Amino acid sequence: MTAIEETEVATTKSSLEPLIFERSKPGRRGYQLPALDVPEQPLDSLLPPALRRDEIANEVEVSEVDVIRHFTRLSKLNVSIDAGLYPLGSCTMKHNPRINEEIARTPGFALSHPLQAEHQVQGNLELLWHLEQTLKEIFGLPRVTLQPVAGAHGELTGILMIHKALAKSGNARKYILIPDSAHGTNPASAAFAGYEIRELKSNSRGTVDLSTLEAAVTEDVAALMITVPNTLGVFESEIKAMADILHAKGAYLYCDGANLNSFVGVARPGDMGIDVIHSNLHKTFSTPHGGGGPGAGPVGVSEKLVPFLPTPTIERREDGTFYADFSHPDSIGRMRAFHGNFNVLVRALTYMRSMGPTGLRRIAQLAVLNANYIRARLKKHYHLPYDAPSLHEVVFSDKLQTPKDVHTLDIAKRLMDYGFHPPTIYFPLIVSGALMIEPTESEPKEELDAFCDAMIAIAHETQERPELVRSAPHTTPVRRLDEARAARQPVLRWTK
Amino acid sequence: MTLPDPTASSSSHRYISNAGEDIREMLEVIGVDSIDRLFDTIPNDVKLKGLLDIPGPWSEIETRRWFRGLAARNITATDHVSFLGGGAYSHYQPACIDQLLLRAEFLTAYTPYQPEVSQGTLQSIFEYQTHQCLLTGLDVANASLYDGSTALCEAVLLAERLVKGKKKVVLAKSIHPHYLETVHTYVQNLGLEIVEVGWGADGRIDLEALRAATTDAFAVAIQSPNFFGVIEDYDAVAQAAGTLTKISVIAEATSLGVLAPPGQHGFDICVGEGQAWGIPPQFGGPYVGFMVVRDALKRHMPGRLVGETVDVDGKRAYVLTLATREQHIRRGKATSNICTNQALIALAANMYLSLMGKAGLREVGTQCLQKTAYLREKLRAIANVELPFDGPVYNELVVRTPFDAKLILADLEHEKILGGIPLGEFYEGQERDFLVAVTELHTREHLDHYAGALSAAISRERR
Repeated sequence: MTAIEETEVATTKSSLEPLIFERSKPGRRGYQLPALDVPEQPLDSLLPPALRRDEIANEVEVSEVDVIRHFTRLSKLNVSIDAGLYPLGSCTMKHNPRINEEIARTPGFALSHPLQAEHQVQGNLELLWHLEQTLKEIFGLPRVTLQPVAGAHGELTGILMIHKALAKSGNARKYILIPDSAHGTNPASAAFAGYEIRELKSNSRGTVDLSTLEAAVTEDVAALMITVPNTLGVFESEIKAMADILHAKGAYLYCDGANLNSFVGVARPGDMGIDVIHSNLHKTFSTPHGGGGPGAGPVGVSEKLVPFLPTPTIERREDGTFYADFSHPDSIGRMRAFHGNFNVLVRALTYMRSMGPTGLRRIAQLAVLNANYIRARLKKHYHLPYDAPSLHEVVFSDKLQTPKDVHTLDIAKRLMDYGFHPPTIYFPLIVSGALMIEPTESEPKEELDAFCDAMIAIAHETQERPELVRSAPHTTPVRRLDEARAARQPVLRWTK
Repeated sequence: MTLPDPTASSSSHRYISNAGEDIREMLEVIGVDSIDRLFDTIPNDVKLKGLLDIPGPWSEIETRRWFRGLAARNITATDHVSFLGGGAYSHYQPACIDQLLLRAEFLTAYTPYQPEVSQGTLQSIFEYQTHQCLLTGLDVANASLYDGSTALCEAVLLAERLVKGKKKVVLAKSIHPHYLETVHTYVQNLGLEIVEVGWGADGRIDLEALRAATTDAFAVAIQSPNFFGVIEDYDAVAQAAGTLTKISVIAEATSLGVLAPPGQHGFDICVGEGQAWGIPPQFGGPYVGFMVVRDALKRHMPGRLVGETVDVDGKRAYVLTLATREQHIRRGKATSNICTNQALIALAANMYLSLMGKAGLREVGTQCLQKTAYLREKLRAIANVELPFDGPVYNELVVRTPFDAKLILADLEHEKILGGIPLGEFYEGQERDFLVAVTELHTREHLDHYAGALSAAISRERR
């Protein structure tokens, strides 16, 4: 563990990297193309000047050396899961195996074109078919669409299907119920699908009471969108009864599968009465987060919703060949051009095969063990606003630190001085000053101990030297930013 | 079925560090006697009694064998010469880009919520935003959207927010058909009316019909080059669209290297697909959608925006900003539901645009123009080949023969040519048409071979 004094003096900073535009010098080049080998026509005869530009003013002129130096230096300003624990709650920052990267780069996949004839891409179609079979088994649901390219995109897909199913039976209804602990994407997606939102209050365990739900499910309610386990990491033990209440009123149960990592291979959404679930493959199935995407958000549905799946679906013929099927008259339509984020799907299936049934179950077991270990080690030092047993993540608050005027943001920034990425902060909204910690199954005990030691050290610093915590971070490439200025006087691009 | 004991050494997996003794020690600290006890809140009646019925766990050896076997069943540009475009193009990919993308600091980081430890990602997005502005002639770009099709959806929804009480949007029928379908899906419950306007003899949007369709509409969207490869006349379209919000869709991003920027020709929003900037076709994704708008529209933008600021020491730094537009703050009233976007592909695009730079982007553009013009002349000389649209093209054109396009393309496949995209799948009555794309990757020999093979295919069909 780094001593306080060391972190305090380690404020020497190298100068940050200039913008690529500031490295530009006339005459430099970073590319070479083969010389034009067809007879050159006057440009005016191919494209009239009015439709043309003859210069891209202020575009860069840099060499390959400049580019490699620039991006290598930029990369060093980031922390990453490969460098250590990255405990962002709800984000499932787990190890990203490199075989997945290698497989995705296989030329037969990488160079295949999305509008090729079916017989030319049997390998791809078969891969998609196998991925759907695997997700069907993981979800315990009869069909899965692979088209959505992110969790929120999956949410929109699922709610559009519910809308269409209800509309077909005569009344699309008006409301989606969403607990106050939900991710912000849930209400945003529901609104985009044409619904109004009704928020459900959580109880003292952070879960939803059956009586609250029962009172809220009117004839106007289309669905409940709920995260299982919820954003506190607490499993909704009455999930089946919830499904029954909704189904009795002709409404649907949507599960935000962001937290699937906590129960994959242990229990299945379909067996809980869930009608729709999306899975963020970049979370549970380890496709790299890439600084904010690309991801993928396949959606599994119950029998009643199968006719409304996006087109195309991928099907297998009796002769063992595969095809894209557009013959679904009740489909909500296409959610995106082509076949979704195919090469993210390749990575996810690689991971599923590498894990197998025993490995997937072990993911949930060790993710839950690791989170509960952190909870046990830190609960004396940080306030636990909800003490219900939690699964893969644990949410603390800053209640014990605020008397010293040290807040969640300060704790997060101070963790950076100890070499850790902070947890998710100020979420879920039902916890004031939330610190939401999700270690995932990847982390070895010694890394968890180092993190807990750092958190405990910060708790001590808060009592003894609160100013040190309030002014953190001290060792990062830049220190706290003036975020208000960025929003008040937005500078959103470089100008010469 | 007995489930495996998680503390047994036979249960270990290479991606999960903790095993045996560590697990026992941790359980002791937690104060429970088994991992199963940690799952007590999941009722027994929903717990699986056995293991999932799926293959694995596989070693890397088995994984490689199976996946390479699947990849080998595809027929692709690895051993054929591809002339496929239609929204996914094969361009030169500088070798250093993929090497740099594999740097773990980029690959395995999350959305840059904590700017002090994410300046690499943030600064790169700021640079990416700048490239988009320079290329489109507009003022503010976001950090990325999923792809071209969903970017168009977001643009339509943005334009709708600007105008109260109008519900009609006019879309060119020559926009990529998948993009049009996606818009129909997105807005199906939002009470919008979509009017599609067709094309004239030159393949460009029918301006008369466009003018007529604008009554009571809030926006017009066209694609240029359009799905047939034909370059639209922005000024004429802008004039016909009058005061409506004008959206330009770019499905072939390298065209911005030589085509007039939409922002300087009356357009308010430019959205598109960045795949052509050196991203492999990879069966349709991941790609990167972009959106660039006039300054006045910036607070209506969907998605992440990175802005410049300073830290407490006055040092320049970058941060996610104007977040009050977004779902994590505004929830049901956000400008979009988007959260995860396509940051790594936007990073690849930033690298491509920087490497190619001012001269390279232009040279890619002019090579595409020249080589396409060369092939166009070659094809025009073949008996029974018709080029139905005579408008200017960038790197793609429609070819018509007297025969079903699928027959002709199957013939070309025998010559190891992926010869085009049959248009009958998208437009009724165009069963004899196919779309052919040419890029800087094609040599004169490729183009000559293509013309020869097409001529031979037509002769064969005539017999």
